[in-house]
Amino acid sequence: MAGPAKTSERSISLLLLGLLAFSPPLLLIFSGQSTIFGIPSLFAYLFSAWVVLIALSRILAERARPDDGARVPPPGQR
Amino acid sequence: MLKGWIILLASIAYLCVLFAIAYYGDKRADRGRSLIANPYIYALSIAVYCTSWTFYGSVGRAAASGIDFLTIYLGPTLTFVAWWFVLRKILRISKAHRITSIADFIASRYGKSTLLGGLVTVIAVVGIMPYISLQLKAVSTSFRLLLEYPAIVMPKTEYVPHFLGDTALLVAGCMAAFSILFGTRHIDASEHHEGMVAAIAFESIVKLVAFLAIGVFVTFGLYGGFGDLFAKAAARPDLAKLFVVNSGTYGQWITLTVLSMAAIICLPRQFQVTVVENVDEDHLRKAVWLFPLYLLAINIFVLPIAFAGMMQFPGGNVDADTFVLTVPMAAKQEGLALFAYIGGLSAATAMVIVATVALSTMVCNDLVMPALLRIRAFRLHEKGDLSGLLLAIRRGSIIGIIMLGYLYFRFIGESVTLVSIGLVSFAAAAQFAPAIIGGIYWRGATRRGALAGLSGGFLVWAYTLLLPSFARSGWLPIDFVAHGPFGIAALQPYELFGLGGLDHMTHALFWSMLANIGLYIAVSLFSRQGAIERIQAALFVDVFRWSGERGSQFWRGTATVSDLQALVARFIGNRRADRAFSEYAKGRKINLSKMPEADAQLVNFAERLLAGAIGAASARVMVSTVAKAEIISIDEVMKILDETSQVIEYSHQLEEKGRELEQATTELREANARLQELDRLKDDFLSTVSHELRTPLTSIRSFTEILHDNPDLALGERKRFLGIIAKESERLTRLINQTLDLAKMEAGRMEWQMERLNPKAVVEDAVAAVGGLFEERGIRLDVQLPFRLPMVYADRDRLMQVLVNLLSNAADFCDEANGRVAVWGSAKQDEISIGVTDNGSGMPKSAQKQIFEKFQQADTARRGRTGGTGLGLSICRQIVEHFGGEIGVESRLGEGAQFIFHLPMAAAVERAGAKGEQRHPLSQLIPAAGKRLRIRKKKEVPAE
Repeated sequence: MAGPAKTSERSISLLLLGLLAFSPPLLLIFSGQSTIFGIPSLFAYLFSAWVVLIALSRILAERARPDDGARVPPPGQR
Repeated sequence: MLKGWIILLASIAYLCVLFAIAYYGDKRADRGRSLIANPYIYALSIAVYCTSWTFYGSVGRAAASGIDFLTIYLGPTLTFVAWWFVLRKILRISKAHRITSIADFIASRYGKSTLLGGLVTVIAVVGIMPYISLQLKAVSTSFRLLLEYPAIVMPKTEYVPHFLGDTALLVAGCMAAFSILFGTRHIDASEHHEGMVAAIAFESIVKLVAFLAIGVFVTFGLYGGFGDLFAKAAARPDLAKLFVVNSGTYGQWITLTVLSMAAIICLPRQFQVTVVENVDEDHLRKAVWLFPLYLLAINIFVLPIAFAGMMQFPGGNVDADTFVLTVPMAAKQEGLALFAYIGGLSAATAMVIVATVALSTMVCNDLVMPALLRIRAFRLHEKGDLSGLLLAIRRGSIIGIIMLGYLYFRFIGESVTLVSIGLVSFAAAAQFAPAIIGGIYWRGATRRGALAGLSGGFLVWAYTLLLPSFARSGWLPIDFVAHGPFGIAALQPYELFGLGGLDHMTHALFWSMLANIGLYIAVSLFSRQGAIERIQAALFVDVFRWSGERGSQFWRGTATVSDLQALVARFIGNRRADRAFSEYAKGRKINLSKMPEADAQLVNFAERLLAGAIGAASARVMVSTVAKAEIISIDEVMKILDETSQVIEYSHQLEEKGRELEQATTELREANARLQELDRLKDDFLSTVSHELRTPLTSIRSFTEILHDNPDLALGERKRFLGIIAKESERLTRLINQTLDLAKMEAGRMEWQMERLNPKAVVEDAVAAVGGLFEERGIRLDVQLPFRLPMVYADRDRLMQVLVNLLSNAADFCDEANGRVAVWGSAKQDEISIGVTDNGSGMPKSAQKQIFEKFQQADTARRGRTGGTGLGLSICRQIVEHFGGEIGVESRLGEGAQFIFHLPMAAAVERAGAKGEQRHPLSQLIPAAGKRLRIRKKKEVPAE
């Protein structure tokens, strides 16, 4: 469990990582006719970077503290 | 054979299943056993993002420009990665303010402005119209394609009436019926449509499974897996160029990513499912990775299908937007083709249903209701039950919106690819992003700023994207696009002010965002906020601080309870109003019937209840008709806001200070107790020491006196007396030395020369040092040491002192004749043990505990004989504990004793390392505690 400040820092870092991973200059590096296990390198890179980002995002979300304040129940309900 | 009636039957059967699920979902909700209250359904419902655009259009886009179709899914992934900052906050705000739509959200933030709500609604309706038309186009095209099976004939673009009538119109009718049935069943104070959410979650499963089925068939059925398919595609130069990105498409890549990042929040239907329909904020935590995972799954086979389609239909006369359907058709897979069609249908219906429900709520709450309330001729204030009117407005607007989409499709959208239609809508929705993001983070943003920004952005969007699409379909002169209006080249919609060289989308996004953000910031900076605006801004921006039912303190309402209840009942029905009010009363333990005047809290409660049904802006107007709910003056608002935030700030600081003080007090109290204990020990020690010193002194003095008084004592006698005097002074010296040692150690002033050393060598040295003593007394000394002992961290001289002490102690307690003493060593885990065993008289259990205390000896009678001071073992214990170890004794009376001490290995000490040295300033007061090396076991070392 991480506190709100820690989670904020991690979220920002992960967002920056995602922006970097999907930025055109990095794509150009993988943009070529070579293949990885028969899959063109660009496609292989994008999908694997995507999987990694989702995995990290999961770890972050599950470690974030459930709540940092009283949950607000809608009035007149439940 | 795929006959027309089979396809029709399948479509109808599918829609019936959908109705059944929605019906069941609603029934469960009525019974209070929600079907959708779990994060998986929530994530699946967010996947309404994947429409026909994804199902058919992605393949078309991939066939045309390669990988850049993926940006539409990477953008939302990035937004969900940043959920902690944006989605979580929006969700919290919306729950606190009972937000019913994106228009409501923006209007509510900027002072519950009806004008702003209306503007957002207009932009949303106009902007989403092309998107709805895209769905109709996809369904009608796929239906007509499938009808021609086994031939693969592209449907003609011009209008050809079919035996079933106009298929698109038919589809539109079905979708309108569904939306009306499950989106506007009743006016709900929470604006939840559980049946609808259950149905679209189901549709998300259907479209995913359908797409994966086709992908697997194409990749592994038609080709030998990914490698084979890509290798075959690579052989064709026109396909191989799709494997790479070239630097010319940088701009487009970034544009599409940014657009889709904004769209996942700003599209009215996404706002509806993600925010409004959310039943538990905690579901978001799972959805933030489940939804991107869904996007990933549905995109895996896009490229294979696109390449397969281009290889199957090399002529280019089959529209790439239809590959998902035409590839299985060409392979004569009737069942799969039908499944593909159903998948596409599910993608389209889900989008249209949610979009129309979201838009109709906005049209009703933020456009029609405020207008009706404003027009006095309707005398709406005086009418009775209005929930029927609300429902009628919503139903009417659903039909109207779907018809608008249909008209756009019929007259404009038929000739354009799916993705380019959809992107026009994305660009419109993205116009909301500055007002939303600014609204939740920038307290100073004003209503006028938001109005100016939104209008500016919307106008530029319409000019650079919507009008050209009209022109290209022949509804405006094409000269308008080519040469600009009235031939003014600087105003060409695709090259505004001479900005050329960009694709249309990047161009439009740049100009519309420049106008939008520029006006939003500039006007906000130079305009003033009204009182309500200030309150709302504070409540939105600081939502995590102002949790709960804040806001009521800003109103001074005077209304009767019955008036309020009647007002609410007019919109949400008597039964629901009764229930809400009685729950309110119960929650606060008040009796409403005995309370003639409603207080500000109740007025606020009623307003929020109404806001759930008719939007914040309308609710404000309605409540003000019965409650003269005056907002308090701006100065007072400022005072409350400032004071409250300052008070909260101070109280946080005070709490923090309080905690620190409390901790310091506890530590001081402990230190004090310890000091008092030390003081008492010192006193005891002093009195004991002086007593102990007196004994040898007395004996020295008396023998000296004897010698002095009797000069004629025999030589032998004289020698004996002098011997005693020498021995006693020796003992005195030792006593003083040891006392000094002990005092130094306890005060922490002992100088230790800690080093890594080999305990075996020290033991051997100690044995050599005491060897003479043992020989003299005829006691056998056995040394049983292993070949090598691990290094320890200790002071060599002190360790030696311990060993010599223990050995001479043992010698003292052994009988001279058959005495045997053994010294041994062993190593285990992180510590080494050294023991000294004798076969002497031993000691009782009671003595074992005290033997390490000062001046405690097992056998006081023996003291005189052995010359022990009673401090030796106490010093040993101090030394061993200083080294981080411990010492103990095992013995039974008459069976000898075994003293064992354990020391941590040097390696373990170094591992515990720096942490063991951490000291609290207060521990300086407690000498013994501060100097002791603490060795932590590995598992006790905290992770962070």
